[in-house]
Amino acid sequence: MDYEAVIGLETHVQLKTKSKMWCGCANEFGAPPNTHVCPVCLGLPGVLPVANEEALRLTALTGLLLNCSLPPYAKFDRKNYFYPDMPKNYQVTQYDKPSAVTGYLEFEFNDSLARVRITRAHLEEDVGKNFHFDRNSGVDFNRAGVPLMEIVSEPDLTSAVMAYEYLNALKDILVYGGVSDCDMEKGMVRCDVNVSVRPKGQSELGAKIEIKNMNSFSGVRKALDYEIPRQIEVLKSGGKLIQSTRRWDDPAGITEEMRTKEFAHDYRYFPEPDLMPFQPTEAWLEEVSRRVIELPLARKRRFIRDYQLPAADAQTFVWDRPLGDYFESIAKQAKSPKAAANWVINNLRAKMTESGTTLADVKFQPPAILELIELVENGKISSRIAQDVFTEMFSAGESPAKIVEKKGLAQVSDTAAIEKFCDEAIAANPGPAADFRAGKTAALNFLKGQVMKLSKGKANPALAGEILERKLKAGMETGN
Amino acid sequence: MLNQLTLTELVARLARREVSSREATQACLDQIQRVDGQIRAFISYDAADAMAQAEAADKALASGQTHAQRPLLGVPIAIKDVIAAKGQPLNCGSKILGNFISPYDATVVEKLKAAGAIVFGRLNMDEFAMGSSTENSAFQVTHNPWDLSRIPGGSSGGSAAAVVADECIAALGSDTGGSIRQPAALCGCVGLKPSYGRVSRYGLVAFASSLDQIGCFGKQVRDAAIVLKAISGVDHRDSTSVPQPVPDYPAALTGDIKGLRLGLPKEYGLGSPGSAGVSPASAGGLDPEVKQAVEVALKHLQNLGAEIVEISLPHTDYAIATYYIIATAEASANLARFDGIRYGARVAGADPIELYSKTRGAGFGAEVKRRIILGTYVLSSGYYDAYYLRAQKVRTLIRQDFLSAFEKVDAIICPTSPTAAFKIGEKADDPLQMYLMDIFTISVNLAGICGISIPCGFTAWPKLPIGLQLLGKPFGEETILRVAHAYEQSTPWHKEKPPLAS
Repeated sequence: MDYEAVIGLETHVQLKTKSKMWCGCANEFGAPPNTHVCPVCLGLPGVLPVANEEALRLTALTGLLLNCSLPPYAKFDRKNYFYPDMPKNYQVTQYDKPSAVTGYLEFEFNDSLARVRITRAHLEEDVGKNFHFDRNSGVDFNRAGVPLMEIVSEPDLTSAVMAYEYLNALKDILVYGGVSDCDMEKGMVRCDVNVSVRPKGQSELGAKIEIKNMNSFSGVRKALDYEIPRQIEVLKSGGKLIQSTRRWDDPAGITEEMRTKEFAHDYRYFPEPDLMPFQPTEAWLEEVSRRVIELPLARKRRFIRDYQLPAADAQTFVWDRPLGDYFESIAKQAKSPKAAANWVINNLRAKMTESGTTLADVKFQPPAILELIELVENGKISSRIAQDVFTEMFSAGESPAKIVEKKGLAQVSDTAAIEKFCDEAIAANPGPAADFRAGKTAALNFLKGQVMKLSKGKANPALAGEILERKLKAGMETGN
Repeated sequence: MLNQLTLTELVARLARREVSSREATQACLDQIQRVDGQIRAFISYDAADAMAQAEAADKALASGQTHAQRPLLGVPIAIKDVIAAKGQPLNCGSKILGNFISPYDATVVEKLKAAGAIVFGRLNMDEFAMGSSTENSAFQVTHNPWDLSRIPGGSSGGSAAAVVADECIAALGSDTGGSIRQPAALCGCVGLKPSYGRVSRYGLVAFASSLDQIGCFGKQVRDAAIVLKAISGVDHRDSTSVPQPVPDYPAALTGDIKGLRLGLPKEYGLGSPGSAGVSPASAGGLDPEVKQAVEVALKHLQNLGAEIVEISLPHTDYAIATYYIIATAEASANLARFDGIRYGARVAGADPIELYSKTRGAGFGAEVKRRIILGTYVLSSGYYDAYYLRAQKVRTLIRQDFLSAFEKVDAIICPTSPTAAFKIGEKADDPLQMYLMDIFTISVNLAGICGISIPCGFTAWPKLPIGLQLLGKPFGEETILRVAHAYEQSTPWHKEKPPLAS
């Protein structure tokens, strides 16, 4: 019998806010332990939470980016459980009235477009971090109260690699939208994986097994690569799976059981009485919707469609959004957007990297790139010279035409002058000249190179070729 | 003696520079020395710090600051041990906080300091404000100044007793189900519970967040009005505080209540003079002397020009059950933070679970444990809908009862407590009897409205104060203060002092 996996993901993402969820402490990774703390995030007696508006906006924004609807009424609840990293021993979260519901995420997978439904995105608070020393333990509460968003997917994923691609696509959107930096190294994204298997064709789901607290996407992929065959193996050998929670042991490369449903927590959720329900106004929603950006995938597809760019170039402009915007500012006027993309990616970006500058530092106006392309197209300068002109543009900011004029870089298309260079080249290189006459046509390129050299690169290469060929052939006829 | 002055009188004399804040503060400290060994209202106080604040107040007065600018300048005000004051112990009447010192000021403490008050002392209370007698304090039993063998009421028993025994000029307390009004009634002073959202709860250690409200105790109604004005207002640190403008409460005390309509809930078992009252189950425990005193007060208010109107609060009988579900549910979460990990007392354990259980087992008293267990139970999976959710629905009905009533009347009038102060130990083993002490006060918190208790007489023997309660619509504090003030100023009760105090 064939089996298939059914996978849903709960992804926790730290939001990119200046301050924490309920207080003014900095939301900043890497500070010495317990330095970004105050009575509120330490859960001292008597303190009260005040919701971070920006965190609410970023959650709503995420909802819009994930095609969710934003309910007119959201609220916070208390999730009760004791743990040393929890200052209040309850976590404030959105239980049954989340900020965003029922959306979807599209991403490229197996050369087509996959769509995974999003159940909800809700806002909650992060907890502190436990440290265990030789003889005792400590808790760093810098992370306690950092705004944390949980994005829950429907069980629409069917393989480890699909889950991996979903996570990457999700991350791209969140980083792109300015919602989170999604820095895995800093623990900004964590994942709970729900996975079950069932015989192919069966509509009923198998026993749900949760793998908790994954902190890397590759870990999710590896854990699923282990867990799916494990579950299938259990069923094939006649065993039974029960709803349970497991953890991924990365060094060992296995998952192991933590607890079964029987011992599941009763979190005793109830509405958080210290916070008012959240009812977004029209104006507030309007403000959030103004922050919606084009999604990475949509942008890539548009660049390919509208500018006939190869996928790799389009992807570059997705990753480097300012560079893409720069490109777009000239692409519409470009005769060949592809040529413009080449200049922007291969030359402009390279120069900026080399000099450690950004687009804001670029001295010439964007249309100058089009002028430069035009000079090459018209035969005014060679592509070789164009490189030099660009270097000059980049360092001085002058227009390409001016540089060409000032430095006398215009291509020599004066036949008399080129004839003179050709005569010199043939005279100085009797060997290659004889080779050509003997039928070795490749020798012409060598001689053409010599002409370019003599002209300091300014000779029109096409014209030089023609004249050389004519002269050499004429020599053959006259017997010279 | 200066400690015997009302806040209003002390402010007048400080303003005229007849007395200094140091003299007034010293008088309070002397009184504590003299009587608190018997009353035991204060868990602790820092005399040197109080005097330093008084000195600063005197300097401010000398430099020309006025009470128009800082209405409480130089006035010693003591604080219930559930409100955070920077640098002072914060124990909530419990052992579990160990030697915790608050690193921050509650908003109300900030406001009192800004208004110039001498903020001093930690007043005794039932542990985490859970109780009606102050017997649940882990520190000491506070005694009623009128009869030392009796309880002062609770949970703000220390606050009421301290004000009545002239150990301070005014005091702050907190009221979750009657914890300001009931001890005020039993000790014989004014106790005001503002509307939910009127006063910031930031710095008030939560018992039941949706019911808790900070309020004040005074020797007379005007004092309470002055303190209320100083501590009220929206606070960016408390999302449940309401951006409602703060009226000039003392200005509302016109003495004129002609034409005001006062509602008498028929469910409370009182008859307005001349009408036959009904006596349903909820009022079965109403003491005849209390009933009589309140009925006489009704007559008096009629004589002052108020109209008494019968109203109905049909869901009254469900109030106590509703309250003990919602309050305990919230408390079970609010008190979870006292775990021995970050602060307070700790009893070591082999692992966190053992540490929690030993710390909390040793740190909490019986009543607190009872309520945490109740609250945990009502929130548990499978019980939530039957208890918590249903209680929230009943709560809405109770609030609706009051809002409907307030369409017909300007304020509601009733007893504060069904009986006068009982003997220490008398109800200690009967939590249900104790819970019934809050029968007239508890609905007010569920409805989020305001209430005030003022003295309206004494029992014959022993002579114990009886309280009259006035309830107002949400943010209707001006009306109940006006009625309370008119009644007070035309009756002798507020002038009576317990023998011990003088």
